[in-house]
Order: sequence, then C-alpha cells, then structure tokens
Amino acid sequence: MKFVNYLKDITGVTIYPLISLFIFVVFFLGVTWYVYKTPKDILQKKGHIPLD
Amino acid sequence: MQQPIEKFYYDNKIVKAFAYATMLWGIVGMLVGVMAAFQLAYPALNFNFAPTTFGRIRPVHTNAVIFAFVGNGIFMGVYYSLQRLLKTRMFNDRLSWVHFWGWQSIIVAAAVTLLMGYTTGKEYAELEWPIDIAITLVWVVFGVNMFGTIIKRRERHLYVAIWFFIGTWVTVALLHIVNSFELPISFMKSYSWYAGVQDALVQWWYGHNAVAFFLTTPYLGLMYYFVPKAANRPVYSYRWSIIHFWALIFIYIWAGPHHLLYTALPDWAQSLGTVFSIMLILPSWGGMLNGLMTLRGAWDKVREEPVLKFFVVAITCYGMSTFEGPMLSLKSVNAIGHYTDWIVAHVHVGALGWNGFLTFGVLYWLIPRIFQTPLYSKKMATTHFWIGTLGIILYAIPMYWAGFTQALMWKEFTADGNLKYQFLQTSTNIIPMYILRGVGGTLYLFGALMMVYNIIKTVKKGSLLANEAAEAPALEKVFKSDVKLHWHSAIERRPLRMLLFSLIVVGIGGAIELIPTFLIKSNIPTITSVKPYTPLELQGRDIYIREGCYTCHSQMVRPFRDEVARYGEYSKAGEFVYDHPFQWGSKRTGPDLAREGGKNPNSWHYNHMDNPTIMSPGSIMPRYSWLLDNDLDTSTTPAKIRAMQTLGVPYEKGYDQLANTDLMAQAKTITENLKTDKIKTAPNKEIIAVIAYLQRLGKDIKGEQKTAAVQ
Repeated sequence: MKFVNYLKDITGVTIYPLISLFIFVVFFLGVTWYVYKTPKDILQKKGHIPLD
Repeated sequence: MQQPIEKFYYDNKIVKAFAYATMLWGIVGMLVGVMAAFQLAYPALNFNFAPTTFGRIRPVHTNAVIFAFVGNGIFMGVYYSLQRLLKTRMFNDRLSWVHFWGWQSIIVAAAVTLLMGYTTGKEYAELEWPIDIAITLVWVVFGVNMFGTIIKRRERHLYVAIWFFIGTWVTVALLHIVNSFELPISFMKSYSWYAGVQDALVQWWYGHNAVAFFLTTPYLGLMYYFVPKAANRPVYSYRWSIIHFWALIFIYIWAGPHHLLYTALPDWAQSLGTVFSIMLILPSWGGMLNGLMTLRGAWDKVREEPVLKFFVVAITCYGMSTFEGPMLSLKSVNAIGHYTDWIVAHVHVGALGWNGFLTFGVLYWLIPRIFQTPLYSKKMATTHFWIGTLGIILYAIPMYWAGFTQALMWKEFTADGNLKYQFLQTSTNIIPMYILRGVGGTLYLFGALMMVYNIIKTVKKGSLLANEAAEAPALEKVFKSDVKLHWHSAIERRPLRMLLFSLIVVGIGGAIELIPTFLIKSNIPTITSVKPYTPLELQGRDIYIREGCYTCHSQMVRPFRDEVARYGEYSKAGEFVYDHPFQWGSKRTGPDLAREGGKNPNSWHYNHMDNPTIMSPGSIMPRYSWLLDNDLDTSTTPAKIRAMQTLGVPYEKGYDQLANTDLMAQAKTITENLKTDKIKTAPNKEIIAVIAYLQRLGKDIKGEQKTAAVQ
C-alpha cells in the first residue's frame, strides 16, 4: 500500500503545497514590487559600497 | 551633521590564517578525493586496511572539501569583506581566533574520527554528537563575532553580500540543529532521533540545504563582493541582487525532497520538491547573469587577469549546475540520473568549478593585497587556470558518460523480458571512465599545488600588513534619511531584523516540508511483518554504518520494472520504521541491498567480505577481511537496546538484559551454518553480526508476501 494513502488521514493535507505556493508568489511579488519602486540612485549608491 | 572621522585598523592576520587553512585543507581534501577516485578503478588501493577503505575515506573527502576547504574559504572571504563593507575592524579579535582554532580542531577531530569509523551514517552530517556540539558552539562564536561587527559598523546600509552571510549563518544553524537530533549511547556513538522516512526527509532537507547554504549562499556573498572588486565596477544590478537573495533563500529550503524522488517518500512531498526545484532556476540564473554582467565593459581585463578568468568560469559553472539541478529534479530525468555517476558529475561541476575556482580567484586577489606585493607569477596562475579547467572537463565528461551508461545498462531488457546485464557488468564496464576521472582530479589537484607554490612565493616576497589603517566617519546615532525610504530599507539597515526575516523565510519552507511527515508519525503504515532488529542484527547494522557501506549501496528499491526485476519488491515506507538512521543511500556503485536477505548463503557473504573478487570476479568492492578477525563488542548491546526503546522501538521491557543471550544464540546458529560449508569461525566475530544484518534485509516483506500467498 502506498504511503500517500496513510497521509490522507490528515485532514486537509493537500492544503500544504497550495499554501506553500501561495506564500511564495505573494512574497516574490512583494519583493519585486519593492525593488522596482526603489529609486535608481539609491540602488546605485548601495551597489557602490564595495568600491568606496 | 557630519560625524567625526575615526581611524581604525582592519585585521588581516585572521584573514591570512583562514586563507592558509583554506589552501591546506583544500589540498588534503582533493588528495583524499583523488585516492577515492582511483580506489574505484583499482580496489587494491584500499590496502585492506579499515581506515583507508573507500567507505571511510569518502566521508573524509566530502567533509574535508565542504567544511574544511569551502568552510575556511567562506570565513576567509567573510573576515576580509565584512570589515571593509562595514568600515570597521572585526568585533573581537579573541573571538576571531577562538573561531579559527575551534574550526580547525573540529576538522582534525572529524578526519580522525571518520577514519576510525565513528559516523552517524547520514551523508554530509556524519560527525558524531560531541563534534556536533562543538560545531554548534563554534558557529555561535562566529555569529556573535559577525553580528558584533555589524552592530559596531560605520556604514549604515548592509551591502547585499552581508545579507547572504546572515542568511547563511541563521540557516546553517537551523539545519545543523534539526538534523543532528540524536540520542547518544556512548561517547562517539549515537542513534538518529528520527527513523526511516522521517529521517530521510530531514536528512535530505539538510543535505540539500547544506549545498544551498554552505556551498552556495556564502559564496554568492563572496561573488557580490570580490567580483566587483576585481573588475573595479559595481554589481550589474543591485535590484536583481535583492530579488536574488530573497527568492533564493526562500525557494532553496523547499527543494530537498528532490533527492528522494520515486522513493517511499509521500508523493505530495516529492511534487513539492520538484516544483520548487524548477522555480530555483530563476533566482539562480538571475544571480549568475548579475555576476557575469558585472564584467560588462571589462571583458578585455578577463584576457589579462587570471583572477577574473577564475571568476568567469566559477560563475558559469554555478549557472550550469543550477540549471542541471532543477532538470535532475524532474521525475523522468531523475529516474535515469539518480544513484548513478551523473550525480557525481553534477556535484563536481559545482564543487570544482563554482566553489574551487571562486576560492582560487579570491586567494589570488587577496593574498597580494594583504602582503602588499604583486602576485609572484601571473603566468603560473594562468597556467593553473587552464590546468584546472582541463581537470574539470576531464572529471565531468567521463562521469556523465559513466552515469548514462549505468542507467542504460541497468534498465536494458532482452527480447525475452529478462534483464540484459548483471549489476557487476555495469560496474566493470565503466572502470575506464573512473580512471579518466581520477586523471581529471589529479590535474585539478596539480593546479591547486601550483597555486600554493605561487602563493608561498608571493608571501615570501611581501610582508603582511597585519593591521591595515582605514578611516571613516562614525555612524550617526539617529538615522535620518534625505529621501523617503521603503520598508525594506529598514530591514536592510537592521541586522537582527534581517536575521529574523531570513529565519522566518527559511522557517516557512522547512516547516511546511517537514510538519506533515511528523504529523503522521502515529499513523505510520505499520506492516505487521516488519519487526525490530534482533540484537545481533542491530550490532551488524552498526558495523554496516561504521564501514560506510551506504556510500556505495542503496537500500531503496524504486518502483521501476528493472529495479523490481533486479532486486525484488519495491520499498515501502513501513519497512523502515525501526531504522535509526535510515540507510537508503544516494549512489549505487554496488547493487541495492534492500532485498539482500536470503539471496545468498551465509558462506557467500563470509567469503565475499574476506575478498569480494572470490565470489564476484572483477568486483571493485574493497576487502573487509578485518571483520573476520575483529571480536564483536557485545558490552554495548544493552545500551543500544535501551536507546532504541527510548526512540520507540517496541522491544519488551527489560529486554536489554536478555539481549546478549539472544545475540549469542543467533550467532551460534550462523556459525553452525557456516560450518556446513566448511567455514570455521567463532560466533563472537564481527562478520557474524554483519551476515545476520545482511540476511535480514528485506526479509520481513518477503515473509508477508508468503503469508498473503497462503491466504
């Protein structure tokens, strides 16, 4: 008998992968939104830190 | 208001110490690797001596290159870059040196104990519990020193390289602690707290993320510092680097189950691992392109400068392995690649190319600077580059070839529906590839030796600038920005918040991956015929672990036609409920052993362990003849039984006191049986326990099938 059959005993186990994907997408969009909203000169200044 | 300018000194002495340690352990690790490589072609090189046998030196090789070579490489780069990025000396010199000597002592202890056969039997986490505790302590020292430095900094913003260092520190701590839960039964012997499927999931969650957070994220931090420095231009896109960091640490942590595709791991976890592995291509390639594009307009320098040459190949290899990794996570590709030398090729493109070459580049860049003199010979460094590159090619191509050959031969059937090849044929067929791989590794090692010579000469020519003077204004106590800042800027400025966010991000992935499997602990599919090991089998299993048999033999039959035909019924999760630790393995240099029990008589095993070529002419397995002479230490039996009881294995109460009586009775049965085949031996020899264990493997399931057939 496949292991997955026993997993079905946990109520709503399938929600796990869905939650995972959802959290990631929201998170990824958030970070992307942030970096593209940040003014370029600030980012350029930060990028120069190793060379200063 | 402008703060007063402060004068301070960077500590280069500690950087020098870590640089020397990187080179020393790099050479040692590579040397052991070359030896292991040739052992697979010429088994005589195992010298019929336990400490030099493949099963023991393979973990020495992996631990040496990962934790000693790359580990010291990380610390070298962090101690150099952190001070400069934050415009301050390291927090505390004494902590720096405790960190340095603590880490070196751990390496020595690891090498000695692994050669002596003290191992937990979990790949890349083989070190026993006292060393695990030492690692934790030294890691905390490193953390305190790093965060102390961050706190006393003179640069408000934490540059992206530092985020990678923080992410690394917190995640490695989490991984190490979770995976090292073990129950000590004596000094240098413990059992994994987890069993079977859970143990496998935790182990590969750890194993995969050791690659991610020890071999990748800290080196990306180094890339983001040293590539702009060497090219003298800022990173191509700071925007990308922010996305790179968060997306990478977020996704990596989920991808562990791709090491367990088609195993007895639940399907949903396998799918989760695959999906996130594919998604990993995006941040990985974003990071790779960001690294390479940093060289825009500086490609002419690449022609001249060996440091940049090393960096370009390192980043390219990073791109190659991070494309190949997700591809190998596709179930159909994994079905072919897993357990073969393809995986060995894959990891070595990463290890030799990405980690090795980036380290070499950093060393060539950094040593002349702290010793205030140009590199002794640029020409020699360029030669090193070409020899090293050739070494990687000569290593990787034969291993890919060997991997494909193995997979194709394992899976080939005759027209009559029988397996076309014996397992042994598939091994002997690829020996020439093993030899070529050894040559590739030797070339790579030779290149590294050239570097050591070059650096020794440079060091002799120059003088160490132990305390490098620098100046910077102090940080204002209250931060006032000229422009409106975003929420993320607040995280970037505050190291502890950065640590917390990193922990949350990796914690989410880790928790979602692991929790459901732990929830089902009470529902674990008990196969009624699966019983705990007898005391003799348990002792035999511990010898199996001690000798590192798992480095070449899997115990996991996947549900494929060829595997079922070759080994027997595919493996079920319920079979492993008493396995502390699990021994599924990750490579089949030898055949799978999950159904070994009852396949061959006891005498076959006895002779085979003494000299495998007697029973299997052409076999590349080392001899284990000391098992025939060594007495079994039965004084540990009661403690082992008690430990297993604590871990939930249902031995009857008080069985620890009876265990040795049962052990001797079973041992005598085996010796009597051996006598019928004209083999005289005493029942208290280690070989008897090993035979008992091997004969038990897969027997429970076979018993169940018989019962079912009768019904």
